[in-house]
Amino acid sequence: MMSKHLELTQVGIDFPTPKGAFTALQEVNLRINKGEFISLIGHSGCGKSTVLNIVAGLLNATRGGVILDGAEVTQPGPERAVVFQNHSLLPWLSVYKNVELAVKQTLRGKPKKQIREWVMHNLELVHMTHASDKLPAEISGGMKQRVGIARALAMEPKVLLMDEPFGALDALTRAHLQDSVMEIHAQLGNTVIMITHDVDEAVLLSDRIVMMTNGPAATVGEVLPIELARPRDRLALADNPTYNHYRHQVLTFLYEKQKKIEPVNAKQTAANKACSAKGKKIDAA
Amino acid sequence: MSKSATPVLSISQTPSNPWIEKLTQRVPLLLLPVIGLVLFLAVWNGVAKNIDTSLGQFPGPAQVWEQAGALVDEHNQQRTKAEAFYARQEQRNAERVAQDPTYPAKIRPFTGAPTFFDQIWTSLYTVMVGFLVASLVAVPIGILCGLSRSSYTAINPLIQLFKPISPLAWLPLVTMVVSAVYVSDDPMFSKSFVTSAVTVSLCCLWPTLINTAVGVSNIDKDLLNVSRVLRLKPLTHLRKIVLPASIPMIFTGLRLSLGIGWMVLIAAEMLAQNPGLGKFVWDEFQNGSSASLARIMVAVLTIGAIGFVLDRLMLSLQRLVSWDKNSVLR
Ligand SMILES: Nc1ncnc2c1ncn2[C@@H]1O[C@H](COP(=O)(O)OP(=O)(O)OP(=O)(O)O)[C@@H](O)[C@H]1O
Ligand SMILES: [Mg+2]
Repeated sequence: MMSKHLELTQVGIDFPTPKGAFTALQEVNLRINKGEFISLIGHSGCGKSTVLNIVAGLLNATRGGVILDGAEVTQPGPERAVVFQNHSLLPWLSVYKNVELAVKQTLRGKPKKQIREWVMHNLELVHMTHASDKLPAEISGGMKQRVGIARALAMEPKVLLMDEPFGALDALTRAHLQDSVMEIHAQLGNTVIMITHDVDEAVLLSDRIVMMTNGPAATVGEVLPIELARPRDRLALADNPTYNHYRHQVLTFLYEKQKKIEPVNAKQTAANKACSAKGKKIDAA
Repeated sequence: MSKSATPVLSISQTPSNPWIEKLTQRVPLLLLPVIGLVLFLAVWNGVAKNIDTSLGQFPGPAQVWEQAGALVDEHNQQRTKAEAFYARQEQRNAERVAQDPTYPAKIRPFTGAPTFFDQIWTSLYTVMVGFLVASLVAVPIGILCGLSRSSYTAINPLIQLFKPISPLAWLPLVTMVVSAVYVSDDPMFSKSFVTSAVTVSLCCLWPTLINTAVGVSNIDKDLLNVSRVLRLKPLTHLRKIVLPASIPMIFTGLRLSLGIGWMVLIAAEMLAQNPGLGKFVWDEFQNGSSASLARIMVAVLTIGAIGFVLDRLMLSLQRLVSWDKNSVLR
């Protein structure tokens, strides 16, 4: 039933820097089946966003390439919709218009009624119809992220790419949105690649967790299949030994095998703390 | 702060009434500018008494006020004259046509000296035309520079070279070029008008161009990526992403440009003897009567007031087209 769908073959990328080329990724190989939910996890700066952007077509690989349903990815397009980390809604358009912009691209030339229905349908999926006339500045962070997801879903993408979609949200809102995403995934069966820093999130949502080694020249370290029956329930899973075993494996990878080598003298630690306060944290809890 | 500023007021009024409380809070806000103005007038008055020029004592607020009234009267007189002049012509034409039905009726324009208010109107009209032309050129070029790195690199040296040039350096060149190029038997605009407007345009270009380019090139990268993922067509991209995102910067540029244009115009009118407020000031200066300084002062204050109103108008326009109605606009 599962066909070969999305293939990353020997993907590598060099960024030009003043000090010469910087090899961010090296020999990344990944095969993803249709409808699969993949999480990318790894330490900050290892190259997760870069992988995602290459699949999206926003960045071009220096070596190797990405093939989606037999066609090489060379530029961005709506069949590989992206949910950006900080929602990236157009602040001058209402929630409805933001989604409509995407719908008008995919249903170009279709009657107005059909466009309207499709916009509302997608807002319905993320439970945001009640705020359709509000501007992004007038809704909460979690709601913005929902709209971002609705906009991506409205493109009817073959692959849904999410770069830390819930990174900026509080734990409760995040749990809520994770449930929404699981529900939508069950309903629509899109292929999803999601970047996350949250081990629980990765285990709860994924079919496979792709763990990346530290950069430079980062690559796929291990791939962990998560064989938990769906629908998954976070409360029930909390005491599930298999679930905890998976969690443990991811944590082992991150904190033993790919331990970030950081100097432990006092000054440096203070600086790091300041850094991680405004940056993203690895959620180990 | 508000309490300490008006202690007497807050004691004498019942604090329980919210309306009055609000008013007492507002009083300093309304009062302070008035205090500033009164102080300014007092200082002006005091200083003016002690300055003796070759044209007599420097005018204080009272003389200036008086001259402002005089200017209004002169304008009204001139109006009445003009109306009478046209009425006479029409009457004469009517009589001629009655005698000879084939007589082509013609009306000659009134040629009385322009009044202060005519000059204001000329200046306003000139600055608006110059500014509009400059904006129509600067905004598209600015957007192009902001969108494409290579066009920016190509145009940037020119911008940097032309930006610091004083308008008055352009003026002789513009005057000569306009006289040479703008020749027609029945010109729609007078040459002096074209010269002034072109000079204004040349100076209005740069702030708008630079600010637009900066605004466009600083659009959030994620929004540009959204556009790429959606594969928006160039025109849709421009309309839905680029323009709304750079509106604040475009308007910052436009307001700077209009301010500069207004200052430049007055100087250009003085130097080139082109009709307008600048010429009014210059003529009064040459005239050298005892009322001249007061009349110049009226013009100076008018120039300031108009500059202020123009800026406010731009601000209102920005409010109108800006999507972000809550942003604090100054
Ligand atoms: N345009 C670029 N030019 C130069 N170096 C870059 C560029 N983009 C990314 N890099 C480098 O590539 C590496 C991977 O970056 P990337 O953003 O993919 O990391 P990440 O895993 O997404 O990190 P995070 O979890 O913090 O988002 C980093 O070392 C970064 O400095
Ligand atoms: Mg990232």
